This record gives sequence, C-alpha cells and structure tokens, in this order.
Amino acid sequence: MSTGTPMGGASESQARADELVDEITKPSRLRGLSDWWNHLPRVGQWGFLLIAVAAAFALPLVNIPLVTTEPGNNWPLACAEMARYALVAIGLNVVVGQAGLLDLGYVGFFAVGAYVAALWTSPDSTMVHIPYLLTLPLAAMVTVVFGVLLGIPTLRLRGDYLAIVTLGFGEIIRLLATIIPALKGQVGFQQIGRPPGENADGNPVFANSEGAPWYWLTITVIIVVMIALGNLERSRVGRNWIALREDEDAAEIMGVPTFRYKLWAFGIGAALGGSAGAIAAGQIGFVNNQRFDVQMSIMFLVAVVLGGQGNKFGAIIGGALVAYIPLRFTAIAEYKYLIFGAVLVVLMIFRPQGLFGKRPHLLTFERRAHKRIANLADAPTSAPAAKEAGQ
Amino acid sequence: MNQWITFDWEALGANFWSATVDGLTFGGIYALVALGYTLVYGVLNLINFAHSEVFIVGAYAIVFTLTSLGFGPSVPNLAWYAIAANLLLAVIFGMLAAAITAFIVERVAYKPLRAKGAPRLVFLISAIGMSFVIQYLIFVWRGPNPEPSVIMFKNEAIFDIGGTLIYFDSILIVTAAILMMVVVDQFIRRTKLGRGIRAVAQDPDTATLMGVNRERIIISTFVIGGLLAGVAALFYVMKVPSGVLYMGGFLLGIKAFTAAVLGGIGNVRGALLGGLLLGLIGNYGQILLGSAQWTDVVCFVVLIIVLMVRPEGILGSNLGKVRA
Repeated sequence: MSTGTPMGGASESQARADELVDEITKPSRLRGLSDWWNHLPRVGQWGFLLIAVAAAFALPLVNIPLVTTEPGNNWPLACAEMARYALVAIGLNVVVGQAGLLDLGYVGFFAVGAYVAALWTSPDSTMVHIPYLLTLPLAAMVTVVFGVLLGIPTLRLRGDYLAIVTLGFGEIIRLLATIIPALKGQVGFQQIGRPPGENADGNPVFANSEGAPWYWLTITVIIVVMIALGNLERSRVGRNWIALREDEDAAEIMGVPTFRYKLWAFGIGAALGGSAGAIAAGQIGFVNNQRFDVQMSIMFLVAVVLGGQGNKFGAIIGGALVAYIPLRFTAIAEYKYLIFGAVLVVLMIFRPQGLFGKRPHLLTFERRAHKRIANLADAPTSAPAAKEAGQ
Repeated sequence: MNQWITFDWEALGANFWSATVDGLTFGGIYALVALGYTLVYGVLNLINFAHSEVFIVGAYAIVFTLTSLGFGPSVPNLAWYAIAANLLLAVIFGMLAAAITAFIVERVAYKPLRAKGAPRLVFLISAIGMSFVIQYLIFVWRGPNPEPSVIMFKNEAIFDIGGTLIYFDSILIVTAAILMMVVVDQFIRRTKLGRGIRAVAQDPDTATLMGVNRERIIISTFVIGGLLAGVAALFYVMKVPSGVLYMGGFLLGIKAFTAAVLGGIGNVRGALLGGLLLGLIGNYGQILLGSAQWTDVVCFVVLIIVLMVRPEGILGSNLGKVRA
C-alpha cells in the first residue's frame, strides 16, 4: 500500500520544478498584478505599501455606501472583527499554509488567549490583576505553551491524524471551560480590561462599543506580525517549512529536522491565535464557554483556504472576507456556515490554491534569482549555440 | 459545593457492572460507525470527515419513519412483532438515507479530486466542507433543537446478574453489533466485492491492472459504510432518543473514529474491539471523574495516547493484509 502521496506520479517533483521555472519565466500569463508588483523597485513597493497601510488605518472612518455594513451592523465594530479574523487567519496560515499541518482546533488557542485576558483582568476572577496590554504577550506565551504541549505528542503523526487530534483539542478546551469551576462556564467573565486612556468626555477610548480603536490596535499588531513573519519566511525556518509542506519525506532526507520545525510553526500559530483571542476578549468585554465551538475553527480554516494557503496577504483578505460577508449581507448571515462549507468544497474542487495562490517563493534571494532566471529565458538558444560553435 | 473532578473509586466499584453493560452498549454503536471510517480509510487512506453526517442523516430518517408510523414519546401499545416490523422498516429507510448520503459525499467531495490527483490535504478540507454543508442543511431545515424523542419499546430488564440489571436494548445492540461485524468481516473475506476491496486497499494500481474496477470499489466502500451507519443510527435513536440534532453526529463521529484507531484503522475486527473498549473506557472514566462531560475528554485523551504509543492500533491496521 502506498503511504506517502497516494495519488502522486513518479516524476512529480520534476514536474513541479518545471512548473516553477515556467511560472517565473512567463511573466505575462494571468500573473499581471503579482508580476507588476515583483518588477517594481524596492522604493516603489514601500511607497505602495505605505499608501495601503494608510488606507487600512482610515478604513473605519470612511463609511463608503454599499461597502459599509450599516445599518445592520456598526461599521467600525465590523472593521474590528474583520481585523481580528485577519490576525487569526495569518496565524493559522503559518500552521496550515506554511508548514502544511491541518489544524482543526485552532479555536482552542483563540479560547486560551481569551481566557488569559479574562483571568488576569476581569474583576470576576480571583487571580492577580495586571494591565490589559500586558495580557497580549502573556496570552501569546501561554498559548505557545499549550501549542507545544499539544504539539509534542501529536506532531509526529500523519496529517489526517493530526487533523482529528486537533479537532479533539478544540473540543477539550471548550469542555474544560465548562467543567472547571474556576473558568466559570456559561456565567463567564465580565468587565474584561482594556488599554488605558480616556476621551475628553471621560469615556474610555477603548470602550466595548467603539470599534475603531480596537481595529487600530489589531492592525498595528498585524503589521508587526507581518514584518516578523516576512523575515521568518525568508530565513532558514521559512525554507524548512516550505520543504516540509511540499514533501515531508524528502525534507527529512535532506536533513530538515521536520519535527522541530513543525513545532515552530505550531507554536507561532498558537501564539497569534492566542493574541487574537485576548484582543477579542478585550473588545467584547465578556468571555464565556459558548463562543469557542468547532464551527469557529472551520471558519478560520475557510479564511486561510479562501485567501490562499501559504500567502499571508491572502490570509488577511480571506479573514476579512469571512468576517465581512455575514456582517454586510445580513440576509444570508443565518446561512453563513452552510455557505462557507460549500465554499470549502467548491474551492477544493476548482481552485485549491484559493483566491491568491502562494507565490513560488522558494528562494531566499528570490529577486536576484528571479532576474537571473528571467535573463536565461530571454536568451534560450544562445548557450547551446555557443557550445556547438566551440566544437 | 460539588466537586468538578473526583477520583471516586467507590462509585466506580459500586456501579462497575452496570457501567460495563452500558459501556458495551455504547461501544456497539461506536463500533458500527467506526466500520465506516475503517473501510474508507483502508481503501483510500483518508479519513472521511463527513461520515458522522452520513450517520446523523440516517438517524433523522429513522426518526421520521417512526414518527410517521405513529411512534412518539410514549411507549407504543403494539405487539412485539408489530414493533419489530416497524423497526425493520425504519432501519431500512435509515440505511438507505445514510447510504445515499455517503454516495453523494463520495461523488461531490472525493471523486472530482481523485480525478485530478489532488494532495491529501485537499481531500481532508473538502470532506470537512461537505460535513459542514450537511450539518447546516439539516440546521436550516430542522432548526437548532433536537427532534422530539421517539420511544421504540418498553425497555425491560431481561437478566438480573448479582444485582446488575441487564436491559433488553443492551442485549440487542451488543448482539447486533457483533453480528454485523461478523457479516462484514466474512463479506470482506469471502465475496468477490470483498476481494476487490482488499485488493484496492493493498495496492490500488496493481489492483486496477488486474481488472478491479477501482471506482466501483471505492463507491461500494462508501455505501457499505453508509448502510452500517444506518444500523448504528437505529441503535443510537434507541439509546439516546433526544440526541437527534444537526450536531449530533459530530462528537459521536470523533469517538467512533477513536474507536477505529484504537482497534487498528482499516481493520474490521479492530473496529469492534476498539468500539467496545472505548465504550467501556468512556463510561468508567465518566463515573470515576464524576461528570458525564468527562466522557468526551477521556476519549480524546485515549485517542492521543493510542496514536502516540501504538498508532497502528491493537490489532494492526491493514485491510489489505486480511486473508480469505
């Protein structure tokens, strides 16, 4: 019985390499946007990024008709939710998209983060209280511990076993929140802390009903995370993740310590999920055991798959869309799980790479290599011709 | 204040035998659902995440059939043979509904991907999507609440062994589970289709070269899994009359999968062993730890431990290695 890739052909890796060269060297075919982007000089890229970031920061303030979620849902709050989903999707993308580990219990980490924020800031908790902003790194640290504790026994398992074990993990966290009295089950925690600061009228800046400040906080976190992850992806860690995802056996043979790098991905993904959970707890101001169900895990997965596994910009778009669509089109909000489930099936059949497929981003010095391959492709006949002339 | 976790060995000792009977009963249900996972896994090397929904569709069909036959929340006032005939009719509808669902799942979520030779992750994600779609189709149709419970017969104690009462439903379920297992086992070992299933499980390419129609084998495994899930659904409705809701398959599905892994996934006899064992472990754990909610936690922990220590399960995990 074949155990590796059950449906794979023999010359699959060769085909993949050809595809890669093809994709880099044929700039015009359906790759307009990303090609245009790759051919921009660095300064130009930074310029456009700055404009994009500025636009992102302005988002809750501009209430564009037709795009806005009002009157059904408050637009700044909707923005905050979109940003939160985007952060979660970035984190899950590290696990699913980069390292190729199907995690169906991601909501477990999200829940742990939310409970960390609740336990250390809510007056309902008997724990030591700390300022809210400190709970974000604390939530990240605690969830890393959970991620590693779950990862050590399970990451040696094959992909589909891992999927079902993580599914179980998400449920265990939810059940424990119900069973353990200190976590207060359905009663939950109220008045969870918020970042400091008051408006002129004496109301807190980060009030639960104010979406915009929370949105700005979240996208600030996202920007920091994106820069850090971008560097990580171009480092040895990132290359090892890609090797892992593309072919675990081959990676192992080439000397990649696969288990260690899976654990890395799992831990980083967990940390991001935890931070997002802590932000969610602060913004909503209330945490109980009712919200962290398996449906949420699947929605997170939809965000990553829709955006494009392995593409962190795609993950942002995917996360924002998954949050935005039910808020904007309130008529179909009731059917959102049905719709997004169907989206998963349809995407897998017709466009498994998602809206924005991952770039063939295998090389550390990608730009330089890109130019070199492109130059080679421009003069394809010259090298053999010269050889013949020499003989 | 009652404790949230206890290690109540006394309670376990006092209820040991009734917990055993109950555990075996649930174990029989797990085993029948586990067979569906095991067969598909043996042939395709993939977890069919939508199998829990195949099961719950069967349960809905059974509840609807019984309700339209006049069964309700009270014990029916019928002769035993009339009840038996009604239940037989219901289980046939349940098996049909589940098998049709399994067929649709295979056609929609697996076949197009197989044709394209997609990687494993893609299959898993599409199966999860399919499971979600079925769940929420039921949700949209029937709403969030469970169906009104249906009582099939007056559940009387048949034996009294040293103070432990053994009820009729327990005997029925465990016997039926073992019987079904023998039938499936012999079917895999002796029939032509069974030989085809074993061949595809062993080596799909060679089997195809030898003239086995692989697509037909795959679809048959899904349908057989669905038929068995329909039988399991009858017992589930019998044992948990208020458990037929859109999410009802999900937790049972994970437990059944755990049972399959515990016994050795891809192994028909292993599914029975794993199911019965898991039923026992879950029930003992629940009494020992003092709350019914611990059952699921205990089962998940068992799954993780089995996968860590002996991922091939107790009886080993190869459908292809079965000898005729």
